[in-house]
Amino acid sequence: MRKLSYVKAINEALHQTIEKDKNVFLIGQGVISPWYVGATTVGLVDKFGENRIIDTPVSESGITGAAAGAALTGMRPIVMHPRMDFMYYAMDQIANQIANWHYMFGGQVNVPMTIWGIINRGGEQAAQHSQAIQAMFTHIPGLKVVMPSNPYDAKGLLISAIYDNNPVVFIDDRWLYEITGDVPKEMYTVPIGKGAIRKKGKDVTIVATSWMVQKAIEAGSILQKDGIDAEIIDIRTLKPLDETLIFKSVKKTGRLVVADAAWKTCGVAGEISALVTENIFQSLKAPIKRVTLPDTPAPMSSVLEKAYYIDADNIVKTVKSLI
Amino acid sequence: MPINKKPHNNISPAVLKKMYITMLRIRRVEEKIGELVRAKEIICPCHLYIGQEAIATGVCSALRKEDYVFSTHRSHGHYIAKGGDINTLMAELYGKITGCSKGRGGSMHITSPDIGFPGSSAIVTGTIPLAVGVGLSFHIREKDNVAVAFFGDGATNEGAFYESLNFAALKKLPVIFVCENNLYSTHMNISKCLSDTRIYKKAEAFKMPGVCIDGNDTIKVFEQAKKAIDFAREGKGPSLLECLTYRWRGHVGPNIDVDKGLRSEKELKSWMAKCPIKRLEAFLMKQDILSKSEKEKISKQINKEIEESLAFAEKGSFPKANELHKYVFAKDLDTKNLGKRI
Ligand SMILES: Cc1ncc(C[n+]2csc(CCOP(=O)(O)OP(=O)(O)O)c2C)c(N)n1
Ligand SMILES: [Mg+2]
Repeated sequence: MRKLSYVKAINEALHQTIEKDKNVFLIGQGVISPWYVGATTVGLVDKFGENRIIDTPVSESGITGAAAGAALTGMRPIVMHPRMDFMYYAMDQIANQIANWHYMFGGQVNVPMTIWGIINRGGEQAAQHSQAIQAMFTHIPGLKVVMPSNPYDAKGLLISAIYDNNPVVFIDDRWLYEITGDVPKEMYTVPIGKGAIRKKGKDVTIVATSWMVQKAIEAGSILQKDGIDAEIIDIRTLKPLDETLIFKSVKKTGRLVVADAAWKTCGVAGEISALVTENIFQSLKAPIKRVTLPDTPAPMSSVLEKAYYIDADNIVKTVKSLI
Repeated sequence: MPINKKPHNNISPAVLKKMYITMLRIRRVEEKIGELVRAKEIICPCHLYIGQEAIATGVCSALRKEDYVFSTHRSHGHYIAKGGDINTLMAELYGKITGCSKGRGGSMHITSPDIGFPGSSAIVTGTIPLAVGVGLSFHIREKDNVAVAFFGDGATNEGAFYESLNFAALKKLPVIFVCENNLYSTHMNISKCLSDTRIYKKAEAFKMPGVCIDGNDTIKVFEQAKKAIDFAREGKGPSLLECLTYRWRGHVGPNIDVDKGLRSEKELKSWMAKCPIKRLEAFLMKQDILSKSEKEKISKQINKEIEESLAFAEKGSFPKANELHKYVFAKDLDTKNLGKRI
């Protein structure tokens, strides 16, 4: 199959959906800049014009709300935030308006929009330019949250998000942008709410999100050499969560490590861990372990960044502590 | 009020000379940082202040040490103008524990709490409400100090800016809102961001004074800042100063970014011709406040300071990995004597 980078996969999904459907438009900071949001938005304005590819002033709250308003009329906007850190300004619109609208009005009005948030960290950018806040959105009823870990899913989940009748938070990580993989040319969807097994195994289940899926795959081959056969689950959607897939795997392996490159407390890893203990406690042969960032703001100094961020190594060590 | 071009000369020669030194210090420090970023000696993102020196300098020179100043991602100039130590600034950019934020913050998060510089933030508009809060504190505690919020034209696009203006005006808080209108917010020209680009006009809606100043005219900035500061100290409330200026380098990093189709070389050149430092220098020399030999002495002295700051930065140690979690929480207050414990 054709190989494409993660960036190009996103770019292609945008081109195809905006071309196909007059109701889809893209709005956000930097969609028409020489940097094109890490090249994800290249070529869009040339093809679709400034009416549907809208660069905006720094006004996260107002712009996110405006996108939602357009969605109320049946359009399918994509509002892009070049860094998750800036999304706090938009949080009221997302949590109070967008997430509640359908329920609050008895299902009569829906908000079919995609809220695209980008994790952009490392390089000594420090506490306000590094955050991965998927847990905050996953916490809020009414929002779906997806985090593709490879080019195929990036395209398929973005298209699914755009065509979902609910608000979907689509989160990508700049560290994934250069990864390449098989991506079909035609439009396709990856179902929201379905995880995928990246490696079959019998000794331990590793559930991972986004960037950590890539790290889990690395860890999986290191562990294999040491005789540990890990099953790796790419959860892909944080909400609704594919519990069935996780339970089935943990029932088989009896051990679970959850890897999510975000803060630990009240995080996605904690949620997955709680679901497993609540539902299939009897299957567990060992405590569930989380591989996450510590509950500390992102530091600046490279030395501290190295200690702060997690890698395949952390997964390997954690798995070994269970076996 | 449109740009006022009246001549001016009621500032003491000592203050004028000091302003010149501060501006040159900012310029040279920024040029050095630019070189170090280019050489990848400094890794953290640095937003250089070159071209805008008159604003930080003019405003801060009219302040007292006890007055507070808040800065943005483009922070070095404000820090230096308020009296921040360039040794600890440089060490911070290298991520050393001897840095002003102990290697935790980097270029966008520098601080010097002892001199009224509680910190700079990388979230656009993020510090404007904080400056209002400092004004509120001065107001509650009946102090005659003022708080200054420095911010860019881009920051006036956020709702928090308008909320802050209104609350400060409503409560007549001692706050000076200093907008450095350098015509760009990252890649966007101001005309693509604001429906009315006359930022000083926004003040009118909140019934506070708003003026537009040539931001490359140090003396003018000082005079207008002084006026606003006195007004605030007298309990009459906040003011908005819009200072027109231009950043010579790109949004972030050392390059001039004229090849990206965002701004023209012609535009850059025309602003470089309006260099705020050359302008003050020419004025001081014409007035016999600054001699040629003195000028050379100042230049040498600043170069020496910068060399020393680099040596200081070099000498410092990196934080230890096991100190990653240090500073997440402040030390507990001793509550023994607070009264009955429940
Ligand atoms: C809330 C938020 N949104 C977006 C950004 C990205 N960003 C960093 S600086 C900047 C432009 C700021 O422009 P301006 O306020 O004019 O300051 P200047 O860079 O010109 O000094 C933007 C959009 C940010 N840091 N914070
Ligand atoms: Mg600006």
